[in-house]
Amino acid sequence: MAAITAPATTPRRRGGQHRLHGWHIFWIAVAVLYFVVPLYSLLQFSFEGRYAGHAAGFHWFLSVFDDPAFRSSFWLSVQIALETVLVSNLLLVPTAFWVHLRLPKLRPVMDFVSVLPFVVPPIVLIVGIIPFLQPFTFIYSRPEVLPLIYVVFALPFLYRSLDAGLRAIDLKTLSEASANLGSSTFGTLVRVVLPNLRQAIISGSLLTVAIGMGEFTISSLLSFNTFPVYIFTVGQSQAYEAAALSVISLLIIWGLMIGLFLIGRGGRTSIAMGATR
Amino acid sequence: MTTAVEELSEPAASVPARTPKTRRSWKGGLRWLGVLPFAAYVSIFLLIPTGELIVDAFKGTHNQFTTANVAAIVHGQYLQSFISSIELAALSSLFGGVLGFFLTTAIVARGAPSWLRSTMVTFSGMAANFAGIPLAFAFTSTIGVGGVITVLVQHFGINLTSAVPLSGTLGLAVVYTYFQFPLMVLLIVPAVDGLKREWREAAENLGASAFQYWRRVAMPVLLPSLLGAMVLLFGGAFSAYATAEALSGSTGNLVTEYIANLLNGNIFVNAQLSYALAFGMIVVIAVLMIFYSAMQRRANRWLR
Repeated sequence: MAAITAPATTPRRRGGQHRLHGWHIFWIAVAVLYFVVPLYSLLQFSFEGRYAGHAAGFHWFLSVFDDPAFRSSFWLSVQIALETVLVSNLLLVPTAFWVHLRLPKLRPVMDFVSVLPFVVPPIVLIVGIIPFLQPFTFIYSRPEVLPLIYVVFALPFLYRSLDAGLRAIDLKTLSEASANLGSSTFGTLVRVVLPNLRQAIISGSLLTVAIGMGEFTISSLLSFNTFPVYIFTVGQSQAYEAAALSVISLLIIWGLMIGLFLIGRGGRTSIAMGATR
Repeated sequence: MTTAVEELSEPAASVPARTPKTRRSWKGGLRWLGVLPFAAYVSIFLLIPTGELIVDAFKGTHNQFTTANVAAIVHGQYLQSFISSIELAALSSLFGGVLGFFLTTAIVARGAPSWLRSTMVTFSGMAANFAGIPLAFAFTSTIGVGGVITVLVQHFGINLTSAVPLSGTLGLAVVYTYFQFPLMVLLIVPAVDGLKREWREAAENLGASAFQYWRRVAMPVLLPSLLGAMVLLFGGAFSAYATAEALSGSTGNLVTEYIANLLNGNIFVNAQLSYALAFGMIVVIAVLMIFYSAMQRRANRWLR
């Protein structure tokens, strides 16, 4: 047996290269199955659940599209996600620019603050935020409070993306050149730095959209009917509809991730973890 | 740093009027104004609420100092909720860590085609982001009641939903592993890449088998990175709420679910207790972070 298989494998071992072991193939197979089987089951559930005696096809999808609560929760989440992107960029782009340009000594502090949200999980933050913001009814009772809180969770992703982007350009030289040509600091930010940071801003923002669209803990505890809260509620009684909604949600998140991948192509690949659990 | 700025701005001094003046004014305390909006924002939405909850964890109903709340959470059902959360976090980070590690060694192995690596890393990025409510329903469709795998193994006489109920610790750990192992891959690929080719070749020249190389050379170098990554996985699973809530509902006994139940409907049923539980979570995560930074320091000794 060995004599028969040996020649077949020899050509692959060019220059002492090893081919993939059975051991490696085993773990790759386990990982692929782990990855694929739940997705397959979810699709199976959303398409092939029985409805009135025949395979449902798109029935569950169509039935959730018809639900006004689907549309309102979906648009609420889209709105929240976009507001989170807007606020976090307005806050962080000028701050990151300013720290890099004028307060480089503050950079370690900024690095530290930007990872703090990892230490304070959403469920803990909301315990602190409720008594603190409750007196300010005009903001606390409106859905706009959600993007304001989500900015905190976007901070690690967006700030680190911006920080890496700013480190990659020669900010000092660019701003000196810009100032010598008569530009103000603001003009430098808008006309010189922003175009250079485009990739960092877009990739940080895509992760921020993923956070805004997917966050469940805080929106459910503050009783806002966002898209994940709606899926949760549907799932309490309607398994097929919940599966269809999960597929929709998954496609959105993955669309964002593919966008990230396409933007990051050619550049460095960043660790993308936008989901809040 | 400042001298470099001065040197650079020297030629600019010959350029007329305002450039030197504005430059000088920004050198003073005024430049700190630039980070004021950020500092204010982070204070309002992160630092003050967190700080206040820590202080409030030690306050009684009449604002007096007390350790009663914190003492209450290390007993009975509240202690049990911490234990459940820690068990779940440990189990899922162990599953995710082991599978993620072996997958990483497989995709960076010599002889592994380069498309395999890029494909698996891309898929890891996607799977790591598949979490929360949709993940819960994906696993309900798989190993829940009437799930695809549940129905499949029923033919072999196995009752999956009673063997591994999704609301139990093992069931939840299986679900969390879905995002834990890809996260592990993303976290440790750089460290595994940092293993020098020469080390392997030197080991092989000295007659080491693949197993001996991993046992004696690669593992000691990688161990701090692996443990550090698993600590991050642990922290993520420990803080998670959405997936568990969707799967176990009101029967859930994780600390995050206890806090949510105390907060439910926006009203503090027992505010002091929820502060104390939240404070307990911060303590656990702080301990994890200390361990993580110690691991990072050790990891950096070899992998640069």
